[in-house]
Amino acid sequence: MDTQTLTEKATKTRKMTGAEIVIAALREQGVDTMFGYPGGAVLPIYDALYSQDEIRHVLVRHEQGAGHAAEGYARSTGKPGVALVTSGPGATNMVTPIADAMMDSIPMVVITGQVPTHLIGTDAFQECDTVGITRCCAKHNYLVTDVEDLARTIHEAFLIATSGRPGPVVIDIPKDVQFSTGTYIGKEGVFKPTYQPKTEPSKHAIRDALALMKAARRPVFYTGGGVVNSGPEASKLLRELQAATGFPLTSTLMGLGAFPASHKDWLGMVGMHGAYEANHAMHDCDLMICVGARFDDRVTGKISAFSPGSKKIHIDIDPSSINKIIRVDVPIVADCKAALQALLDGWKKSRTKAPDISEWKDQIERWREVDCFSYPANDGSIRPQYAVERLYELTKDRDTYISTEVGQHQMWAAQHYHFEEPNRWMTSGGLGTMGYGLPAAVGIQAAHPDSLVIDIAGEASVQMVMQEVSTAVQHRLPIKVFILNNEWMGMVRQWQELLHGERYSHSYSESLPDFVKLAEAYGAHGIQCSDPNELDQKIQEMIDHDGPVIFDCLVTKAENCFPMIPSGAAHNEMLLGSISGDEIDEEGRKLV
Amino acid sequence: MSQEPIPASAYDMDHVESAEERRTLAVLVDNEPGVLGRVVGLFSARGYNIESLTVAEVDRGKHRSRITIVTTGTPHMLEQIEAQLLRLVPVAAVIDITKSKRGIERELALVKVAGKGEKRVEALRIAEIFRARVIDTTNESFIFEITGASDKIDQFTELMEPLGLVEVSRTGVLSIRRGKDAG
Repeated sequence: MDTQTLTEKATKTRKMTGAEIVIAALREQGVDTMFGYPGGAVLPIYDALYSQDEIRHVLVRHEQGAGHAAEGYARSTGKPGVALVTSGPGATNMVTPIADAMMDSIPMVVITGQVPTHLIGTDAFQECDTVGITRCCAKHNYLVTDVEDLARTIHEAFLIATSGRPGPVVIDIPKDVQFSTGTYIGKEGVFKPTYQPKTEPSKHAIRDALALMKAARRPVFYTGGGVVNSGPEASKLLRELQAATGFPLTSTLMGLGAFPASHKDWLGMVGMHGAYEANHAMHDCDLMICVGARFDDRVTGKISAFSPGSKKIHIDIDPSSINKIIRVDVPIVADCKAALQALLDGWKKSRTKAPDISEWKDQIERWREVDCFSYPANDGSIRPQYAVERLYELTKDRDTYISTEVGQHQMWAAQHYHFEEPNRWMTSGGLGTMGYGLPAAVGIQAAHPDSLVIDIAGEASVQMVMQEVSTAVQHRLPIKVFILNNEWMGMVRQWQELLHGERYSHSYSESLPDFVKLAEAYGAHGIQCSDPNELDQKIQEMIDHDGPVIFDCLVTKAENCFPMIPSGAAHNEMLLGSISGDEIDEEGRKLV
Repeated sequence: MSQEPIPASAYDMDHVESAEERRTLAVLVDNEPGVLGRVVGLFSARGYNIESLTVAEVDRGKHRSRITIVTTGTPHMLEQIEAQLLRLVPVAAVIDITKSKRGIERELALVKVAGKGEKRVEALRIAEIFRARVIDTTNESFIFEITGASDKIDQFTELMEPLGLVEVSRTGVLSIRRGKDAG
């Protein structure tokens, strides 16, 4: 059956098999790319995929790769990512990406095959309780036992994944449902009466927020991934509101790019490894305007010492985020875009003159002078910070997307790579999934075939999903895997140095592969660099190579990531350079 | 913030861990497979308590079920429980029965008491006072059916203890609000 007849079927008879319903529904939802891995319980859907060419299927090497690729696709396009995997191990391998997408509010629809309905509960081959397993780590999930419910369920899943606070939705489809014939219904009119996320801010909350903003002498914007999720328009409005108010602005790891890093009022990232000026501004401000962030423990540090003198406005689309960690004075439950628009309109209309905040800005300049991200010069070896800095300088004028794994390299990337636009920075913030970056890069590149996509990686993280290089080679996705190789699980090593008496228990990356040969074995291009003087030229070689590259950048081995707010400390107790470990008290050692 | 006087900062608000309170929540949900699992799973995943739980479909046409949960927690925790419940896709509404002050709570219990002679007569006499009905009897035992607020049932079983209490089966709390309106 070709695409023509499928479309005809969809519009005329509207009778088709469950597998065809899946493809028709995905198409109606505008899906152009999906990531997956076939298996017994999804073969009918793969059969329906075979006879069409509207949806591109990227075959991965491990189901976790499909999930992270879908996340990378979603985060870089603003569209939902779609993954298709089989039952049992296929589904359990998807659990990490589902939990990851849940924590970072990434819209994703995961279709899993299931054993036939009459075998459910019998411990059949490749059976697992997918809805049971994913219930607590997905935004919602479904087991579809009747083909007549299938089309509506898929449309509903897309609605739920992409609206409100976005997240992953799982649809578990037994094999017999994929085979049986049912009626296709379109997405029009599909809605869920119990699911009505509030997106418009209440007028009195906006009025209260504006009153605080018009009176603030030491204000700061604290923005997060919610601004990116709200779409490019939200980033634009954020910039306009900042321009109108002149307030300084910091962002969480997830929010990088919503505000341009080149702006004079940009404070850098906030949090455990954030900028000195950002954390001090958060601590000393008299008004904090939180836009689409959730007061994560990596941001707040010690809760009882978090920004003690400030009033707080919190814009969040999820009411459960409000007052969860930090009590706020003005909660605004709304989509960031709508709330920013309302604040901007209100600010412009108001005739109240806002106080002069130049003294506050002078203070910020004094904090800036600390130059917290400075690092020692290369002494024969390449400093990891220097490597990221050169990578930034050589790629900033290109159409570039960055993903990362998790650890020291991730923080150095956040500190030394600068973003001007949203959706350019893909990282696992909430769950902290080592192995996210490489498959995410695959997903990003699939969505943006002509862009430069770089996974800034660590040699430990990248090995968790190394096999996806093969995916990149197969699908001609010219991703660049830039490994900051210090032969250590760097962040683990750093914590062991600071908190566990330099007892480096199992954190050395023993028996590393030769990454250049590994690249070649996969049919990709391998580059190794250990000399700072050759770095620029070799990065250029990586950029110019038309195909996937693994870049093994050998960096200073024992470099620590600073500045750092030790666990259990306040924002104004940042550590700037090498420390002995005594700075962290007993309470702090117990925290993660 | 518009109703109450504005504190100088959020940190002037009550931040000390306050004492735990007991709450009865009515959760109206779409009666779809797994919905009870979602609700219960949320409580265990986030470390909330469940003291009692009842559930049944209350509107067959709309597939609506009503879950009544009795929970304990600090005010902050209770606020979170409500917000987290509302995050679940099939949850239509959460009604705080305790806080509304217009709530009525009832529980039904079946109480088996075995005994002879004086104790048996005493058990029957107390049952009359509590308006408990005898729904099964043998020469040596009674089964009482009693409805009322939970503390009334607690009291009843306490009194039955020395008179030969054998077994208790309770439904858990059911709740509804006074007045003409729903919800």
